[in-house]
Amino acid sequence: MAAVADVEAGAQAPAPATRPAGRRRSFPVWRWVILLLAGAYFLIPLYAALRFAGLKAFPDIFRQAGFTDAISLSLRLAVVTTILTLVLMVPTTVYVHLRLPQVRRSMEGITILPIVIPPIVLIIGVLKVAPGFLLSTPYLLALVYVILAMPFAYRSLDAGLRAVDLKTLVEASNSLGAGWPATLWRVVLPNIRTALLSATVLTVALVLGEFTMASLALYVTFPVWIVQFEQNSGPVSVAASLLALFVTWLLLMLIVTVGGRGARKRGGAQVALFTVAPRETGQTTGEPE
Amino acid sequence: MAGSTTQAVTPEAVTSGARPGRVPAPLRTALRWLGVVPFGVYVALGLIAPTVAIAIAAFQDSTTGKFTTSNFSTALHGSYLLGLKTSLLLSIATAIVPGIFGLLIAYAIFTAKRGQWLRQVVITASGVFANFGGVPLAFLFIATLSTTGIVTGWIKAIFGVNIWDHGFTLYSAYGVFFVYMYFQIPLMVLVILPALEGLRPAWREAAQNMGAGTWQYWRYVGGPVLFPSFLGCLLLLFGSAFAAYATAEALTGGTIALTPIQIGALLNGNVLAGQQNLGYALGLIMVVIIAIVMIGYTILQRRAAKWLR
Repeated sequence: MAAVADVEAGAQAPAPATRPAGRRRSFPVWRWVILLLAGAYFLIPLYAALRFAGLKAFPDIFRQAGFTDAISLSLRLAVVTTILTLVLMVPTTVYVHLRLPQVRRSMEGITILPIVIPPIVLIIGVLKVAPGFLLSTPYLLALVYVILAMPFAYRSLDAGLRAVDLKTLVEASNSLGAGWPATLWRVVLPNIRTALLSATVLTVALVLGEFTMASLALYVTFPVWIVQFEQNSGPVSVAASLLALFVTWLLLMLIVTVGGRGARKRGGAQVALFTVAPRETGQTTGEPE
Repeated sequence: MAGSTTQAVTPEAVTSGARPGRVPAPLRTALRWLGVVPFGVYVALGLIAPTVAIAIAAFQDSTTGKFTTSNFSTALHGSYLLGLKTSLLLSIATAIVPGIFGLLIAYAIFTAKRGQWLRQVVITASGVFANFGGVPLAFLFIATLSTTGIVTGWIKAIFGVNIWDHGFTLYSAYGVFFVYMYFQIPLMVLVILPALEGLRPAWREAAQNMGAGTWQYWRYVGGPVLFPSFLGCLLLLFGSAFAAYATAEALTGGTIALTPIQIGALLNGNVLAGQQNLGYALGLIMVVIIAIVMIGYTILQRRAAKWLR
């Protein structure tokens, strides 16, 4: 699954409010048929899974052998990956915005690479080149997940930084006598809170759901456990899948709602969870340098 | 990574470097680039090095390490060729069908009259569903359409037919196709919507003023403007399906002949030893195919950008 987040600036998506009367001519029947079909296709499997698992299976999940280990490994990986991602990407993105704006395009290109290279290929390459001390620890996965999270993290942060007048803020902060650490911590970060939140949430969601790399590296994370456990009990595996799903959805809904609210306040910028486009239309030209 | 500590220091160095006359110019330029070094090193080690290692190993004999192209001739024959073909066909099908459905859904919410809430719901749901694949998705469909699945039961109860007795199976390429639509359709909605919104109402009005009907508008104005974006989105969907591993693996237990699954099997030690490099060759083939697709995507995106600003 190649999923990328893009918190896109409002300027890129023209407001739909300007639709004139002429375009409103529509085909209600046709539209409702399509939407109902889509609704059925997306909702029936959810309902079926709930029925199949039965409500009894949910408490059972927590009592199964290996569940605690798997979920704790997944959570630890999520925390480590998120910290590494933010520590690597936040200063880099801020720095690029301030000092090397000409590099932004290359950054977009580089951060799209983890999507171009299929996860299965990346992990076999990593397992081939990683030194022994890394191969023997599951935190190798966290190091690779940072790469996987890069497209999400970079795009969120880039959009967040584009929405504020970073240069003025930083200059003001510096001329008031704040050093760089203070500026970054007390001026820049509070201004890109929404972007930080979406980068974090997307990274966590990615780590909690990642199966390909974990299974090839032979570490039993939560998704790997679900698959292994199917042999013991189908309903419990289905229940665990639903649980994983709802947790991921809650996390994603969090960015959509919080991001949406923050955006309205600033007048623009809606959170679209997905676009992979290395935006050729990006406003590189009209940018104050 | 180790480099992250230098990050906090470098901007300082650059600021002082920017004061005239204190640091010579070439050094100043070099210092400017220091800030992206940790990121560059991380990408080089975590992304470039593994890819290069695969590219090299793909041309080496698994046991002797000598240069050979035999990995590729194996990869392009027999069951591996079949896997590649199935993967390509599956990806094409899961680009085109969800592509059309996604376009219709996007158009439906785009033209909806009291569309604001509907729009928000569909976009939010698409964002959530598009990011949802892998293991849970496979189990969702096992619960729905496996031999003991709920919907299989409904169909049996209503029509008296067990679809599994009539050639239906969830654990084949057709089953995988049906499941992949679950994340491909919302993905299409999200990527095509900006393009639809880029169609200016003024164009429609201009066409109408000149007497064009709906069909003529789409044939001569809307269609041509939208087409590069649409094709680009299809390529994106193709790439997304082609690289997918988790869903098919969890759904079929690794029994389906798709290239990613075969790579996984070769490097999991389930197949004869001494065949890892065949896996690397298959991996390299995948990267090359995706690279071609992405180049096509970029070109189409550039063409689309001409009108959609």
